[in-house]
Amino acid sequence: MLDLAKSRWHPIAAAHDLPLRHVFHGQLLGREFAVWRADDGYVNIWENRCLHRGVRLSIGINDGRELKCQYHGWRYSNRTAGCTYIPAHPADAPARTITNRTFAAIERYGLVWSAEEPQGEVPEVAGLAEGRLLALRGIPVNAPADVVAARLKGYRFQPSGRIDGSAAKVAVEAASTFSVVLRSSEADATTLAVFFVQPVDSNRSVIRGVLDGQVEGAARLAVLRHHNELLSRLRLAVEAEAAREPAPAPLEPVIERVSPELAEMPEESKHGRKATIRVEVARKWLAADGIAGFELRPIKGLLPTFQPGAHIDVHLPNGLIRQYSITNGPGESDSYVIGVKLERDSKGGSTCLHETVREGDVLAISEPRNNFPLRRDSVKTIFIAGGIGITPLLAMAQALNNQNLVHELHYFAQNEAQLAFPEKTSTLGASLKPHLGLSPDQTGAKLREILSGYGPDKHVYLCGPGPMLEAARHIAAEMGWPETAVHFEYFKNTNVIDDSTSFEVALARSCMTLTVPAGKTILEVMRDAGIDMPSSCEQGACGTCLATVIEGEPDHQDVYLNDAERKSGTKIMTCVSRAKSARLVLDL
Amino acid sequence: MSTAALCSDRVLLNDWHVVADLANLSVGAPFHTRLLGVDITIHCRGRYNKEVVRDDTGALVTSTKRYGFLWACLGKPERDIVFVPEAEEGDRYLVTGGSIAVKVSGLRMVENFLDMGHFPFVHTGWLGDEPHTEVAPYKVELTAADELVATECKFYQPVASPTAKGGFVVDYIYKVTRPYTVALYKSNPVQKDRLDVITLFVQPVDEDNCVAHPFLAYLKDGIDEAGIRSFMQLIFAQDKPILENQVPRRLPLDPRAETPIRADAVAVLYRRWLRDKPVTYGAIPARM
Repeated sequence: MLDLAKSRWHPIAAAHDLPLRHVFHGQLLGREFAVWRADDGYVNIWENRCLHRGVRLSIGINDGRELKCQYHGWRYSNRTAGCTYIPAHPADAPARTITNRTFAAIERYGLVWSAEEPQGEVPEVAGLAEGRLLALRGIPVNAPADVVAARLKGYRFQPSGRIDGSAAKVAVEAASTFSVVLRSSEADATTLAVFFVQPVDSNRSVIRGVLDGQVEGAARLAVLRHHNELLSRLRLAVEAEAAREPAPAPLEPVIERVSPELAEMPEESKHGRKATIRVEVARKWLAADGIAGFELRPIKGLLPTFQPGAHIDVHLPNGLIRQYSITNGPGESDSYVIGVKLERDSKGGSTCLHETVREGDVLAISEPRNNFPLRRDSVKTIFIAGGIGITPLLAMAQALNNQNLVHELHYFAQNEAQLAFPEKTSTLGASLKPHLGLSPDQTGAKLREILSGYGPDKHVYLCGPGPMLEAARHIAAEMGWPETAVHFEYFKNTNVIDDSTSFEVALARSCMTLTVPAGKTILEVMRDAGIDMPSSCEQGACGTCLATVIEGEPDHQDVYLNDAERKSGTKIMTCVSRAKSARLVLDL
Repeated sequence: MSTAALCSDRVLLNDWHVVADLANLSVGAPFHTRLLGVDITIHCRGRYNKEVVRDDTGALVTSTKRYGFLWACLGKPERDIVFVPEAEEGDRYLVTGGSIAVKVSGLRMVENFLDMGHFPFVHTGWLGDEPHTEVAPYKVELTAADELVATECKFYQPVASPTAKGGFVVDYIYKVTRPYTVALYKSNPVQKDRLDVITLFVQPVDEDNCVAHPFLAYLKDGIDEAGIRSFMQLIFAQDKPILENQVPRRLPLDPRAETPIRADAVAVLYRRWLRDKPVTYGAIPARM
């Protein structure tokens, strides 16, 4: 009986139980749900507990894009239920695998349906036309669902068009363990009523009735009252009947354990440059002069949770692999939107995307990685974007905007036509500050102006062309910004890589010593030895292949680490950097 | 009458627990409460004559008074009541007067008391404020005296205490002395080199219910007892609805039941410490 019930679809709420920004507490077969509708219309049905400390998410805050737990402010994304931010550790990107359990959701007949292990479809009811329906108030009953359904077969009511009459004939058109279909007729009036019984727990149910046809105004109120009175009477009768039997024990749904890695607060999962996700180019458009926008939708299932600052690897038809930042705002989880600037003199990645890839094409992408995480504990955050450097900062600014945190987005470009994604930047209001057509000197002066007035708990995020980034970092240092408050991401590493040295690398945890010859990278040598190491850009810009140095002196050739991190000698980008000492010991 | 599970943890049965704030007891009015699943009644026959009786057997329960509370031990006391040295310092107010009943395991209550991460979200505007949410690394250790101590805890607080004028970074030390007893030492806003002390005696009513009995030893400078009490009650009232929405109500000791982060280092150690004792009452044992 329980297995059967688990595999079926049941209504768990009425569609009108999910008004704007509300979180509804639902329950099915003993399992609690937090049910909420995002502003994009998507209905989320989640296990009703935060993964951190078990607090009910039904008391959380629906901000339209994400659900925020009341206890520690953890944020979970619309659709994926992946955790996007842990306020206690603002500098870290949460492990991508912190994802709450989700359940299927379908809206039909004015009701929201779910199932623990759904098989088949939501029941079809002949004669019930979607849209022209009247959903009744859910009536809770302290009785098992089958007892309630059996009683409902004897339910007598007037058709909506003859609510004042008293001589209606009621026929049972269909009945099952969890539903009863009745037709009431008197004279020329007839109403089809379908009652679905939601098994809340072993001894608790909710009657969810739906009538065919719409009724408006005072007549609607009379119909609702008619059923409310009759169903309340039926409720009393069923409860009296059920009370004669010993109450069955409450159901105890199993709460899944978190993964062993999460229990230990792990390092990021290790994987190579894998493109595990297939996406379709749902839309390609001119996002600005020289910049193409691409909306990438999953071929099947949901896309993984992303955080502001995250990028994906896009595997191109010509064999190249390129990194692009996700520009989406929080909760915009049905597709990834990236911006690609045409660079004709480069190796052909952007040219391929601009000229070859079309709407409808399928591309392979990696899971999102976030090596440019956004702190949200600043009293003020300044974003400085140059040209296409807008993309990660756009995602960040939207996240802060959504949380009403103070920020400014300074966007440097040649002219208005080069400002990308106006439909997204326009939502930022006055925090967007475009700076157009400035010469290098003027840019420097403007950066000085923007970066004046450093104070504690302020942070700046930079992304743009190399020379502009260098200038901004330099000015920030001059103006008293500590390195820990200056965050940056380069598009590419323009350093000339010197790979002429040869040295030894010892992997402390793997108990392995490898020789890195001239012409090969540490990453390549480790891969050859079977060590699975994640990587992305493989040119020292993105931060994915970071390793911890236990011993030895690194020869840094990347543009990811800041000066303090370089000097500390405890971190290395294994795709480009090498060793000054004869031997390097890594924590791998 | 009682359907609650009974306790079989010797470490709890043979220890002292607060069962009432003496201020809540009046002569001639029997006071009903529950300890470790056992219903008990406190009879006040006079100012100095208080008896604790088990409702099931009618047997007398070992009891005594200290720090303004009535204490009881269902078994045979194996050690004395937790010693609070600050209670002997003359320039402190010693304040009781909370006895906040919370529908959650007392172990969850202790864990919440050890947690700084929730300040900006649960005690908004008082013990924390967004966006100042970071929990900086701190030190945790198990001492030779079998106590858990967390030191170098720092958190930005807008109104850290009844005397605080404006926000400042507050230093905390936490100490778990018994499974259901935890203390917090925080910098006094007036005498910056001395610490105010809050000891939380949690009465394990049954596995799913507790009563928090806070005991405050606050320096008297610039403050009165009513102010201390109302501040404390405000803070506990903010915690109560959150704690009562924790699922399950008992504290899971399985490391994979919930998701710890670095900020929870002291809670991780607390759960491990309970697992090793072992304390099972109010907990869900780890699956092996």
